[in-house]
Amino acid sequence: MEYFLQQAINGLTLGAIYGLIAIGYTMVYGIIGMINFAHGEVFMIGSFLTVIFITVLGSLGIHPTFTIIALVLLLVIPFTGVWGWSIERAAYRPLRGSFRLAPLISAIGMSIFLQNLVQFLQGARNKPIPVVVPGGFTLVESDGFPVQVRWLQIVIVVMTVALMIGLTTLIHRTRFGRAQRACEQDMKMAMLLGIDVNRTISATFVLGAGLAGIAGVMVAYYYNVVNFYDGFLAGLKAFTAAVLGGIGSVPGAMLGGLLLGLIEAMWSAYFSIEYKDFAAFSILVLVLIFRPTGILGRPEIEKV
Amino acid sequence: MTRLSTLLLGTAALALLAGTATAQIKIGVAGPITGDLAAFGEQLKRGAEMAVADINAAGGVNGQKLELTVADDRCDPKEARSAAEKLANQKVVFVAGHFCSGSSIPASEVYKEEGILQISPASTNPVFTERGYQNVFRVCGRDDQQGMVAGTYISQRFKGKKVAIVHDKSQYGKGLADETQKQLNKIGIKEVMYEAINPKEKDYSALVSKLKQAGVDVIYFGGYHPEAGLIVKQSREQGFNAQLMSGDALVDKEFWAIAQKAGEGTLMTFDADPRKDPRSAAVVQKFKAQGYEPEGYTLYTYAAVQVFANAAKAAKSTKHEDLLKAVKAGSFDTVLGPIKFDAKGDVSNPAYKVYVWKDGKYDYVDGKGQ
Repeated sequence: MEYFLQQAINGLTLGAIYGLIAIGYTMVYGIIGMINFAHGEVFMIGSFLTVIFITVLGSLGIHPTFTIIALVLLLVIPFTGVWGWSIERAAYRPLRGSFRLAPLISAIGMSIFLQNLVQFLQGARNKPIPVVVPGGFTLVESDGFPVQVRWLQIVIVVMTVALMIGLTTLIHRTRFGRAQRACEQDMKMAMLLGIDVNRTISATFVLGAGLAGIAGVMVAYYYNVVNFYDGFLAGLKAFTAAVLGGIGSVPGAMLGGLLLGLIEAMWSAYFSIEYKDFAAFSILVLVLIFRPTGILGRPEIEKV
Repeated sequence: MTRLSTLLLGTAALALLAGTATAQIKIGVAGPITGDLAAFGEQLKRGAEMAVADINAAGGVNGQKLELTVADDRCDPKEARSAAEKLANQKVVFVAGHFCSGSSIPASEVYKEEGILQISPASTNPVFTERGYQNVFRVCGRDDQQGMVAGTYISQRFKGKKVAIVHDKSQYGKGLADETQKQLNKIGIKEVMYEAINPKEKDYSALVSKLKQAGVDVIYFGGYHPEAGLIVKQSREQGFNAQLMSGDALVDKEFWAIAQKAGEGTLMTFDADPRKDPRSAAVVQKFKAQGYEPEGYTLYTYAAVQVFANAAKAAKSTKHEDLLKAVKAGSFDTVLGPIKFDAKGDVSNPAYKVYVWKDGKYDYVDGKGQ
């Protein structure tokens, strides 16, 4: 039982990280129906910014206290937000109204470009940072098996849930959210009714990139090492989570992330770790056969 | 003279200049210049660059200068083939590389077809020299030797303890893990767990919990330093204090940077540290003057280039057949000491030692390498 609990904690944390990145995918998809493959790279940029800030602060002799850790988080969000805005402006907006595959190819190109840019600017080595949030506590212990929880794991899970609730409220209760939903349903009609479509889409990208930034900071704090290709694998897993949960749905992204994390941890716990991705993707295929729109996705209404 | 003919003459003169410039001996170094193992790529690149600079400063080889091309394989088997083809297109006669066994082996097929001498400074998987290729050599040891040393050491120091074998599915990692397992089983120790992980992930907490549940005392890991560092760090974070032991892919300070304090006490096997050899002192000094610590496989790469240069001098030629004959026949004076190859292309006297990580540095576990 203790073992199960420990693996559940492992899976939940991993799942919350997947979910945090997946929310960004799902929001952009929800509005303009396109997969922003560069999202994983924005997450990676967030991690690098964290490393840079922490290193600079460290060289100034400032030790990472709680305030500093929170400050870095608040600094990274606008930075990645600007990245998100620029990516949309440079790579996607010129292609709006073009055929469906054009922005997709542009997104893949953008992802490769960002990866290479960071490799060029920051080098190809692993970048470690010191442990800034140490410690944790033993939840229960029996038969010499302590169930260990890190403070940071709690922070990650709580933050992901809070952000999911916040965003769902934003989309369903605010003026901006209404504009988003209007764009999602019919962009031309929304424009005719006086909604600034370009601004709404830009704001969505900034929001998504900010979320990726938060995930990047958390991952840098949690694993203490980043690399320029980190965005690829994380992006792939988060995208999978978004599809599993129902792409376009914010709670779905969160649910998909948690499920994916738990499946990976539980499969590793009781079967061969070697085949955990095989298990995760098999479940994805099964879900998509029976619910093509994912767990919480709504069936797409064919526009006439 | 018309302007056109002046131009033509000028071009012809330039072409002539270029012609003399390319009459150099082209050689290559290949390894993970980018990617998660870039730390090792830097070791190879630095070692080769320094060797080429030193040889050229001493007059080159047979009156010609060496010209080095660097190729990046990211330790990916597919990339390795294209890196090898890139070097072949540049008409190199010799390649020092690659780093990962999973790269060296597919690349060697290209070198064999193209008639290029390959000396790997670091690829330890036995298969590399077991296929009867005549153009393939290495200046490091082999994983069957390394696994034997590791297995014997575990059986002696951790008698009666529970051992788990973990690898990263790479040709090197799995090969080394299996050789160690073979040795342990031969001695009569059966591992309590055998697992494989996906490399390049960040989260190994599920593996750590599984090891913790099985009450493992010693983790033997076949794989590279980023994963080893994360596994030992995440173990300590879960309050799990098993001993980690791994192989020669941990010989870079980046292991410590990733594992941080959790890396304390980690054991690994590696060939004798050439920096301790007085014969390498002058070269080591030069690296240090550049602000670079020539650790791990840096000096091995330097030695691989030396072997090539000395063989080419002995053969008075850089033609492939002459080179091979000279490499097989000769004994070469290098920063690693004298090197002689056996019929397969392995060094005749490898000496694996057990090292321990302490305070960000590694040294022989008993001070002098058992």
